[in-house]
Amino acid sequence: MSRFFPAKTRRSPFRPLATLIAIGAAIALNACASSPVALRGTADLATVIARASGEVAILDTSNKQFTGIIGGLGDLSHASIVYARDGRFAFVFGRDGGLTKIDILSHEIVARTLQAGNSIGGAISQDGKLVAVANYEPGGVRVFDTETLELVADIPTTIDGGPDRSKVIGLVDAPGNRFVFSLWDTGEIWIADFSAGNTPSVTRYQNIGIQPYDALITPDGRYYIAGLFGEDGMALLDLWHLQSGPQRILDHYGKGEERLPVYKMPHLEGWAIAGKRAFVPAVGRHEVLVIDTETWQEVGRIPVHGQPVFVMAHPDGRHVWVNFSVPDYDTVQIIDTQTLAIDGELKPGTGVLHMEFSPRGDQVWLSVRDDNKVVGYDPYTLKPIAELPLPSPSGIFMSDRAGRIGL
Amino acid sequence: MRKLHKTIGTLVAGWTFLVAGPAVASELQEHARTPSALEQMVRQDCGSCHGLTFKGGLGSPLLPENLENYSVEDLSSIILDGLPGTAMPPWRAIISESEAAWMARYLKTGGSK
Repeated sequence: MSRFFPAKTRRSPFRPLATLIAIGAAIALNACASSPVALRGTADLATVIARASGEVAILDTSNKQFTGIIGGLGDLSHASIVYARDGRFAFVFGRDGGLTKIDILSHEIVARTLQAGNSIGGAISQDGKLVAVANYEPGGVRVFDTETLELVADIPTTIDGGPDRSKVIGLVDAPGNRFVFSLWDTGEIWIADFSAGNTPSVTRYQNIGIQPYDALITPDGRYYIAGLFGEDGMALLDLWHLQSGPQRILDHYGKGEERLPVYKMPHLEGWAIAGKRAFVPAVGRHEVLVIDTETWQEVGRIPVHGQPVFVMAHPDGRHVWVNFSVPDYDTVQIIDTQTLAIDGELKPGTGVLHMEFSPRGDQVWLSVRDDNKVVGYDPYTLKPIAELPLPSPSGIFMSDRAGRIGL
Repeated sequence: MRKLHKTIGTLVAGWTFLVAGPAVASELQEHARTPSALEQMVRQDCGSCHGLTFKGGLGSPLLPENLENYSVEDLSSIILDGLPGTAMPPWRAIISESEAAWMARYLKTGGSK
């Protein structure tokens, strides 16, 4: 399969792509469900979203080339991907409410449903049987069977029992076949527990703070943390001790200081924990915050190049990488997690939207939107290892996410 | 004749100065974006919240039918000064008034320039 997407022969990102789409279509026509797929593992594969063309490219990080591309995925202007537990199938959440199951080996769409009008992301359950989507319109969470994409449960986020609904953000999976998510409009955290079957029991926590904009769960699945846009601080829910309810952390941060206009919402997915320190993007400030994960107190602020969007830890924990919002998104900075100093900087091109490390950290891949390319680096030498054309790339998702809580 | 030219020259220079305004604005003018750069910015950066197709996201939908009740001036001022209490930031630091008006017209006409 890898031979039909040779990176070296591609010059313009668009013309070869059209050819490839044609080839891809031809292959899709030839391939039926029983078509043989070259025997190989998926642990070195990643999916890369091409946001403007509604496609997902499959990146082979061993051979450093795309092995295929899957089109017809709708509006991917804000899209994300989770993996089935076998690491072969992936679920693509589109902006337009599209939920698509793809096969990253055969490069085919396995199932697709337009499940809402406007969506922001999703999660897969601990047992791999349920895939949940966070919806803006109509506000709520819809849960589907991962085999068939048939609707299993619908959880509308109604406001005071009326017709209005809140937008849902920060949907993650939690241990015990639970989904946890936050409500932008009403400042709540909800837990939908599917451990007893397909009819969830839903727990609501109200008054967690104004306008939670994104959330994450720690890699052990214990703490769910929602960032707040409408006020300073974050809401922390300890899933081991739910009776304590959500606690406010970092609420002193930025008090009395005027923050900058926030040109792009920071992302908390991919939260960086190195040792017992966590690194999070500050909202509306050119800073990365450092938090002690035992006390949840702020222990440092690192001045950076612009407003951070993603703060991602290298798998070895020695460094965290930071990218920035417009107009500073030509730069990536690398922070030493021991000294908290900026230890390196890259200028890969305009519009660096996302970064993803290979599972053991020998590579890092960056999507550079306006230069229509995906660039791989050796994170130790900061030397480029590959540059692959792809129109308007955004999220990059390594298949090892299949085995990780909260991703 | 020569004097007249000189007077016109001075007037033009003065007018340019008035239009360009303070240092920030003149800096923006020097780096004025081309229509294709503006289109890229509206689609991609505004599209982060409003959707690449402007059907909305965390931000409101920006299709022509959603903007019927807003003038180009209304929309320009929202782009430049933001909407307090929402996630819409003021873009004045990185977008000029003429660029904001271009974007407003672009959105109101459904992507024609």
